Amino acid sequence: MSGEEQFVVSLSVNGTRRPVTVPARRLLSDALRHDLELTGTHVGCEHGVCGACTVLLDGVPVRSCLMFAVQAEHHEVTTVEGLADADGRLHPVQEAFRDCHGLQCGFCTPGFLTTIAAALEDYPPGASISADEAREILGGNLCRCTGYQNIVKAVGRAQEIRTQRAGLSGDEATDRDST
Amino acid sequence: MTTKLFGEPIARREDARLIVGKGRYLDDIGHGALGVAFVRSPHANARILDIDVSAAVEVAGVHAIYSYEDLDGAMAQPLPVLIPHPSLTAPRTGYPLANGSVSHVGEPIVMVVADDRYLAEDAAERIVVDYEFRTPVVGVEAAERADSAVHEDIPDNVAARLVQEFGDVDAALLQAPHTVSFTQTIERSASMPLEGKGVHARWDAVDESLRVYTSTQTSTSVRAAIATKLDLSLDRVEVIAPDVGGGFGVKIVHPWPEELLIPWAAIRLGREVKWAEDRREHFVSSAHERGQLQRITAGYDDEGRLLALDAHILHDHGAYTPYGIVVPIITSTQLLGPYRLANYRCQVDSVYTNTVIVTPYRGAGRPQGCFAMERTMDRVADDLGLDRAAVREINLIRADEFPWDNHLIFQDGRPLIYDSGDYPSMLDKLRDLVGWEGFEARRSAAAADGRWLGIGMALYVEGTGVGPYEGGHVQVLPSGKVLVSTGLTSQGQGHETAFAQIVAEELGVPIEDIEVHTGDTRRFAYAVGTFASRAAVMSGNAVALAARAVREKALRIAAEVLEVDAADLDIVDGVVGVRGDPGAVLPLSSVAVLSNPLRYAFDEASRAATQFARFASDDQPPVADDDEPGLEGRDYYSPVRSTFASGAHAVIVEVDPGTCAVTIEKYAVVHDCGRLINPRIVEGQIHGGVAQGVGGALYEVMAYDETGQLQNASFMDFLMPYVSEVPQRIDIGHQETPSPLNPLGIKGAGEAGVIPGSAAIAAALEDALGIRITSMPLGPSQIYDLIRAAQDGTAEMTLNSARRSQEEST
Amino acid sequence: MKPPAFGYAAPRSVEEALAVLADLGHDGKVLAGGQSLIPLLSMRLTAPHTLVDINRIPGLADVTVAEDGSVIVGALVRHAELLAHAQAFEALPLLRRATSNVAHATVRNRGTTCGSVAHADPSGEMTAILAITGGSVQIAAAGRRTRDVGAREFFLGPLESCLGPGELAVSVRFGAPAPRSGSAFLELARRQGDYAMCGVAVTVTLDDSAEVTTVRAAYLSVGPVPDVHDLTAPVAGQRYSTADWRAAGELAASLVEPEGDLHASADYRRRLVSVLTERALPLAAADAVARTQVAA
Repeated sequence: MSGEEQFVVSLSVNGTRRPVTVPARRLLSDALRHDLELTGTHVGCEHGVCGACTVLLDGVPVRSCLMFAVQAEHHEVTTVEGLADADGRLHPVQEAFRDCHGLQCGFCTPGFLTTIAAALEDYPPGASISADEAREILGGNLCRCTGYQNIVKAVGRAQEIRTQRAGLSGDEATDRDST
Repeated sequence: MTTKLFGEPIARREDARLIVGKGRYLDDIGHGALGVAFVRSPHANARILDIDVSAAVEVAGVHAIYSYEDLDGAMAQPLPVLIPHPSLTAPRTGYPLANGSVSHVGEPIVMVVADDRYLAEDAAERIVVDYEFRTPVVGVEAAERADSAVHEDIPDNVAARLVQEFGDVDAALLQAPHTVSFTQTIERSASMPLEGKGVHARWDAVDESLRVYTSTQTSTSVRAAIATKLDLSLDRVEVIAPDVGGGFGVKIVHPWPEELLIPWAAIRLGREVKWAEDRREHFVSSAHERGQLQRITAGYDDEGRLLALDAHILHDHGAYTPYGIVVPIITSTQLLGPYRLANYRCQVDSVYTNTVIVTPYRGAGRPQGCFAMERTMDRVADDLGLDRAAVREINLIRADEFPWDNHLIFQDGRPLIYDSGDYPSMLDKLRDLVGWEGFEARRSAAAADGRWLGIGMALYVEGTGVGPYEGGHVQVLPSGKVLVSTGLTSQGQGHETAFAQIVAEELGVPIEDIEVHTGDTRRFAYAVGTFASRAAVMSGNAVALAARAVREKALRIAAEVLEVDAADLDIVDGVVGVRGDPGAVLPLSSVAVLSNPLRYAFDEASRAATQFARFASDDQPPVADDDEPGLEGRDYYSPVRSTFASGAHAVIVEVDPGTCAVTIEKYAVVHDCGRLINPRIVEGQIHGGVAQGVGGALYEVMAYDETGQLQNASFMDFLMPYVSEVPQRIDIGHQETPSPLNPLGIKGAGEAGVIPGSAAIAAALEDALGIRITSMPLGPSQIYDLIRAAQDGTAEMTLNSARRSQEEST
Repeated sequence: MKPPAFGYAAPRSVEEALAVLADLGHDGKVLAGGQSLIPLLSMRLTAPHTLVDINRIPGLADVTVAEDGSVIVGALVRHAELLAHAQAFEALPLLRRATSNVAHATVRNRGTTCGSVAHADPSGEMTAILAITGGSVQIAAAGRRTRDVGAREFFLGPLESCLGPGELAVSVRFGAPAPRSGSAFLELARRQGDYAMCGVAVTVTLDDSAEVTTVRAAYLSVGPVPDVHDLTAPVAGQRYSTADWRAAGELAASLVEPEGDLHASADYRRRLVSVLTERALPLAAADAVARTQVAA
């Protein structure tokens, strides 16, 4: 058997452009993890069910095990490594997971963090997120450790942190929500 | 004292790296390593006639293809029987690669090493194996019938026949005013951590040493296994459990074939080799648990006092018995629960089937034991028309009756003696928490609206913190940093936080100065492992004892320097000071410097310990005869026997009469694991356990067909709960009865949440439907079958449902 | 679980794609959202010679509401985009009701509606919607006019459509609702987001006095293809608020021939057909009243 055709793909990940040379079949999850050595993205099932490999493609959550690396060219990929600010300040959802004990073994966590980070963008700071809405946001990610209880709490907490960072107090948030 | 930390719900310290993607799990290691794929048996029971690898060797990038014939020395011998037991009379284990026959789908036959996993799979796909089929044995009843055998030389398929008993069951049953006999089953599920297994090995040919990373629950024992099987000196092997993405029992089994084969291949090839298990492999070649058929007879009096219990259990052990009969032992002992019982017999026939091996999954036989006992309690209550909680209450061991000797031998080979607890108070709390008393009114009101509500409860006692021992090492560096290490591993239990809390409090140092390491044989070589809710009890106490030793030494050195009596010293925030004299202080970092007499100074701080600077008496050696340099301590905790945690769950379910879909309306937990180190971590453990309990009760099953094919070997069809399937809230009540057996008074908490799930939910469904539930888990399709059977008159109705209809009609 | 090697083409226009597909014949397989195809590849349950990735083709990502009220969905429209499309929802509310049940949000972000239809999975929501709206698939091939194939002709069996070698489904058209009609969609899965054990899309048409004239239903996971069943008979002429929906549900149960699988027996599926139909129909009738303001 001769070697497979290789493609030079210019991936843009967490704001940095990085070329990789891969065969067409290389899953985006593998390219991120093993070619770029961004191992924060985890692979739990490789058939699109568990959500551990979730990354943001142009800001939208997708399963990186259900895409080929060659397909990610011309898109901006954000992984868990890219959620914090450039100066290292944690994303609100990262802080919230720590505050709420939203993780145990931490393996599924990156998929939750990216998924929730994207969903938060649908809520202006100050708006509250109900537990039902939080459960809808988390609906497609599996966790075997936490029973999800504290992850649901972390979604609300993340929104509180966003609100605080935006300079709004919780009271204002409630007012805004009720009007 | 430093700020109180023991018992505080502080945020976890390991999270800092895990939430930014800086965790280091197995497959995050060794990007340049060769990849591995296995040819695994597609058949459940077959003889291997021929293996043709000719097409595979053509695949570019293939480095090696190995089958059994390539194995040498101890590698060609069967895998070890890890836990021998006198009742395990016919143990069988597989080989690292199948030796002429296969006994379950998924058993490894050929190992392919290639540039990466893609290419290894390409090659594996081209390997042709010829089989001669044999009749597979699937299910415990087929195994018991023994029309065919899993292993030809074990024609009855019985691996072990374990009998546990006390009193005179036969006589007591004869004399009992009432008896009930029933059969029930509980299906297989599995640990199913989100991270599969995985092994990475690197051989240093110059140094002749091997470093192995493996996603394990016991790195020290994997190390010993590798050294033995690969004929290496123990000192040439180091094994490290990196961050582990969940274990739940499956990763305590060892050595997995891959844990031997990957280092073996790394040595032969002189290359880094890595195998990261994929999800399909995990389903068919790791381990499952739970599957049992239970035949139970109970005798009781008019008040519901249990007089005798006779249980005959068929335990599905899968194809091999590498982990011995730990699960049957636990089922047969922990079945007793929090109840007093004078006459008991439990026979467990552990039978072979042509399915994946059965080894502990969180709970490890306790959910089945709890299912047996708690469903018995429900039967007794139903038969006598008594409240189910009241029947339990009358049977409970009272708070003043500890220690309570059950006169059996537990899984650690030690007497089954409950050390402490308060079961009546636990039951009271549970009734309040779930609203037990007012429920009947709610149920009938809902029924009037065509809604089916039901309530159930289940109690358990859990032996935790089994021996033989764990150790801890605490070292204060001259920088003031405190290194803590213990040999057992972590899979998300928050050890870096809990052990730091213990040491911070024992030693009087800020928790920020503490760094905890686990599961690394380079740092701590003596350990057993993380299982059986033992880590906090075992290593928690061990690091506490080690910290006490360090504290004692620090005070001794400081007393000399400060020229005071050590008894007048205390350590607060990392500084040794004289009580009542704020002027006389010495930071622990300085004590650490002074603890190690130096010839050479390499910075300002170390000058204080050099030979011309150091305080010392001229007639004493710098290091006293009974002392050693350094501010460090090492100690071990080895309990005389296990400590017994307890808990009680109650659940309210609603069944949709149209679709038969089940909703959990309320889930209440009362939990007693002695003194809590970190309540937040304990609650997290309970949440996760409850979710697994719900999964086991309503969703998860390993669906083998009659040929031994696992039909649902994917996350699409093996239904682990998403957030949408778990209770929206879990109400938790804590109770703390400290263990008298260990210095910290703690008991284990890891497995508790999962134990009573199936029993409590079965009881609630039975209450909602009025139909006897004898098999778990139950999905809506099975519930529909039950309802249909009830309509046809072929289902067994509860007596209580008849009483209710009578009440409604009058 | 890694995909086998395959050739890869990423055409930049429909014409180019059709040329590549024509060239490849049976060896070509279209890759759009990939949410069903890539797992099959990773499990090595399929091994196409060459994947033709249409994601770089401009002009296939539009949702258009036609003058007659039908909704045309281009081959690269993701479920999530359709779900968020206000005009499409306005024109055909059933689309959003069904689409929101497709897997989970993350899969909807990448999976395409057209691909879902082309996959012809009888458990898929969009196949049933295409069927009940009398929709069609627009199929292009090199050197030929695009043909429009109705749902009944398009679906041949489980995971089997009439799409031939060299062909590309460039869009699907969901038919406009009938005047004075309403719709509803219900499904039940083992876990939320799983393939449904049973799902139903129903339409109810009322006359001016709010009496039932037509009742139709299409099901998920109860047959090889999404048949549309006429359930009018038991409720014809009945006032919508008091119609005997249970009888319509029972009729439906007598018309379907479901099969059992791991998660639901055939009998249980039939029960779900009956119950979900009975529950969906009054919702659809109420929807008809609300949408068309027929005399309630």
